[in-house]
Amino acid sequence: MNKRVPLTGNDAGAEALKDVNPDVAAVFPITPQTELMHQFASYVHDGVVDTELILVESEHSAQSACFGAASAGARTVTATSSQGLLLMAEICAITAATRLPVVMPVVNRAISAPVNIGCDHSDSMFLRDAGWIQLYCENSQEVYDTVVQAFRIGEHKDVLLPVMVCLDGFIISHTMEGVELIGPEAARQFVGEYDAAFRLLDTAKPITVGPLHLTDYYFECKRQVVEAMATARRVIVEVGKEYGRLTGREYAIFEPYRLDDAEVAIVALGSTCGTAKVAADRAREKGIRAGVLKLRSFRPFPGEEIAEALRHVGAVAVLDRSISYGLPGGPLFHEVRSFANGGAVLVSYVYGLGGRDITPSDLQGVFAELAAKRQSGESDGVFRYIGLRES
Amino acid sequence: MSELLSWKDMPIGGIIFESGSSQRYVTGGWRTYKPIHAQDRCVHCLRCWILCPDSAVLVENGRVVGFDYDHCKGCGICARECPAKCHAIEMELDR
Repeated sequence: MNKRVPLTGNDAGAEALKDVNPDVAAVFPITPQTELMHQFASYVHDGVVDTELILVESEHSAQSACFGAASAGARTVTATSSQGLLLMAEICAITAATRLPVVMPVVNRAISAPVNIGCDHSDSMFLRDAGWIQLYCENSQEVYDTVVQAFRIGEHKDVLLPVMVCLDGFIISHTMEGVELIGPEAARQFVGEYDAAFRLLDTAKPITVGPLHLTDYYFECKRQVVEAMATARRVIVEVGKEYGRLTGREYAIFEPYRLDDAEVAIVALGSTCGTAKVAADRAREKGIRAGVLKLRSFRPFPGEEIAEALRHVGAVAVLDRSISYGLPGGPLFHEVRSFANGGAVLVSYVYGLGGRDITPSDLQGVFAELAAKRQSGESDGVFRYIGLRES
Repeated sequence: MSELLSWKDMPIGGIIFESGSSQRYVTGGWRTYKPIHAQDRCVHCLRCWILCPDSAVLVENGRVVGFDYDHCKGCGICARECPAKCHAIEMELDR
């Protein structure tokens, strides 16, 4: 029987890192991520793990230290939020293109300005094209499970990409709930010994990491990352199934909730999916056949599979907790729509920026609007907001 | 440059799994100015050899004998660091 303990999302991330026992962690504090690495640092201090913890002077240095450690062949982790992620962005792109499978919990927080510490997905969406796998979590249990799986996914020999495990700031990171842990023995067995694809410090086999490639090879390097992302789609599913056999909690590339007979549906990322499930249950009590598609993997983006899962749904709301200035709606909406093949009415809802609350009744309202649209076929605007003062 | 590998065949991550391959990468073509060594004025202090970022100062038996123009990018550090009294390295426009 596995241990079930009360943990916040940050605790759950720290527990997963502790159970995996990575070689190197390079850390810098930022709200709301701070407690995650604070907790992990206490495990390092107490000798519970063998991890070499590097206290750096900025997130740019944190990701740079990760790049160096991972190049040397170490299993490497860091964690950050918001401005911290933006500060390390330059090196994040280098880590991915150099194919270093660093694992990084990103505790999602709005980006300045105005200064704001609340949850939204603007930070990780800023790096959506940086070459990192992005997996989003609904709750603390998923944070623990996804961090453990992230090592296997990123380190797979045909993937070799860094992985962001995204968890909503405060909503998940600071909320305590029951989490079942598999413990260090099972976790370490699950992730296995790390055998890096290359090691900069292996003097018997000297290599050059980070050289110049101009018009001769740069383009081919980019194409390799495209292929690795495509392979990751399969590996995420395989690893999620294997984790399911171990724990009874199977993970896939997305999770359909009451979608089979749904006439209307919400597509979303992160903790809002839990809210949407409650709203779907309530909408069904009122006679609206509502469902939810909880997207777990935003990168790689499983466009064809999403389109297939939504094929029979009449009206779909795509919820974005981030915004794209100059292009109405948010990134998730546009990516879902780029794969949609006719039929369904698709509506974009931008919500929850800067930590603004989203409630089950907000989303019941969305289901009601979708049901009305489906009936009338009329559209009173594809691009909408939830919880915004407009007059 | 005739046998470039496809994305399927080349190593991942832009990594070069071979040491010393930069010898084959001729960077002399980047040069605008070219260092000229005057053997008769040189005292062979080797400052140029120590400071050249491209290891392009050729030394034999402890004496500067010239430059590796295949790899010298013409930065001029050698001429700048050459002791003023000798003035044994001068930069001239490389045509």
